Amino acid sequence: MKLLDFLRARPKNTADIARERLRIIVAQERATRGGPDYLPLLRGELLAVIRKYVNVDPDAVQVNVERDGQHEVLELSVALPEQKLAVSGER
Amino acid sequence: MTEIIVVTSGKGGVGKTTTSASLATGLAKRGHKVAVIDFDVGLRNLDLIMGCERRVVYDFVNVIHNEATLKQALIRDKRLDNLYVLAASQTRDKDALTQEGVGRVLDELAADGFDFVICDSPAGIEKGAHLAMYFADRAVVVVNPEVSSVRDSDRILGLLASKTRHAERGDGPMKQHLLLTRYNPVRVEAGEMMSVKDVEEILGIPVLGVIPESEQVLAASNSGVPVIHDASSIAGQAYGDAVARLDGEEIELRFIDAPRKGFFKRMFGT
Ligand SMILES: Nc1ncnc2c1ncn2[C@@H]1O[C@H](COP(=O)(O)OP(=O)(O)OP(=O)(O)O)[C@@H](O)[C@H]1O
Ligand SMILES: [Mg+2]
Repeated sequence: MKLLDFLRARPKNTADIARERLRIIVAQERATRGGPDYLPLLRGELLAVIRKYVNVDPDAVQVNVERDGQHEVLELSVALPEQKLAVSGER
Repeated sequence: MTEIIVVTSGKGGVGKTTTSASLATGLAKRGHKVAVIDFDVGLRNLDLIMGCERRVVYDFVNVIHNEATLKQALIRDKRLDNLYVLAASQTRDKDALTQEGVGRVLDELAADGFDFVICDSPAGIEKGAHLAMYFADRAVVVVNPEVSSVRDSDRILGLLASKTRHAERGDGPMKQHLLLTRYNPVRVEAGEMMSVKDVEEILGIPVLGVIPESEQVLAASNSGVPVIHDASSIAGQAYGDAVARLDGEEIELRFIDAPRKGFFKRMFGT
């Protein structure tokens, strides 16, 4: 088993890492695109505040401006970490 | 009807000029009357890739400023007599282009019966890039399978959707095509490079073609012959396929799989 694992060991799949990073950043940039210039900054500051209390992922905070007829609605969503991760504090 | 196609990317050096030259040449080979315009004022390149640098007398900026007629400035290709190049100015800066002037040149090309006008955009998102895309009916977004190129391309997609005549007229989304260049199937298979599918999923626009990384591209630019003329090169063949798709044909992607390796190589690497 060990030997097989060793034989199968490959360098880290950096293409997967690239894809995941892009998925997140592109979604973020699309959400703030066309909206007010302060959105990315607002997102960053909100993230910093939330992280004082909960250890969320860097992409856990999403801000979005939705146009609804006459109104513009600023949508915020914060994904909290999975329960057991938050409690044990281990990674 | 004249179709204006912008070749754009955001990031520099990804293959816009190489692509503009081959798409224009390929469309002309298929019998269309084509003009290809270099919007990279101050850093002209297209004339070299098209192999007509010694025949540039007047350029795009001269026409815009009424210092020459369009007829005087259009350079007829050596090989294809339905293909014309409009070179960028080498000496002027980007402010030499005006939206009104660019619009006038494009109208005149339409009146002259051109089927396609290919606009080779400069890198970046400044004035030159903006004017190259402004009048477009379709966009070919050139992307390398690399994080910064993909992100910049997404930025460009945002501009295409908002800062173009097409968008201002409320004509709905412009037809956008993804052209992935400098693709290396061996590295994709090894997990070192994002795949066509990865990039297509992130950007969310249909694939026009995948151009493999190929030594023939440099050979072609060395000799001033667009690589699509080189039928023995895979990059040339891949551009040929992309042109056919641009022209409405449905063809399967080629050159996206790594050559099959033997058992031992697969087990023990490289
Ligand atoms: N498929 C390919 N295989 C190998 N090399 C390539 C390929 N496509 C482009 N290149 C090389 O990449 C370099 C940049 O190409 P090109 O000038 O077309 O890019 P560009 O996007 O127009 O650059 P710029 O942003 O400066 O205008 C050139 O040296 C070219 O030969
Ligand atoms: Mg170029």
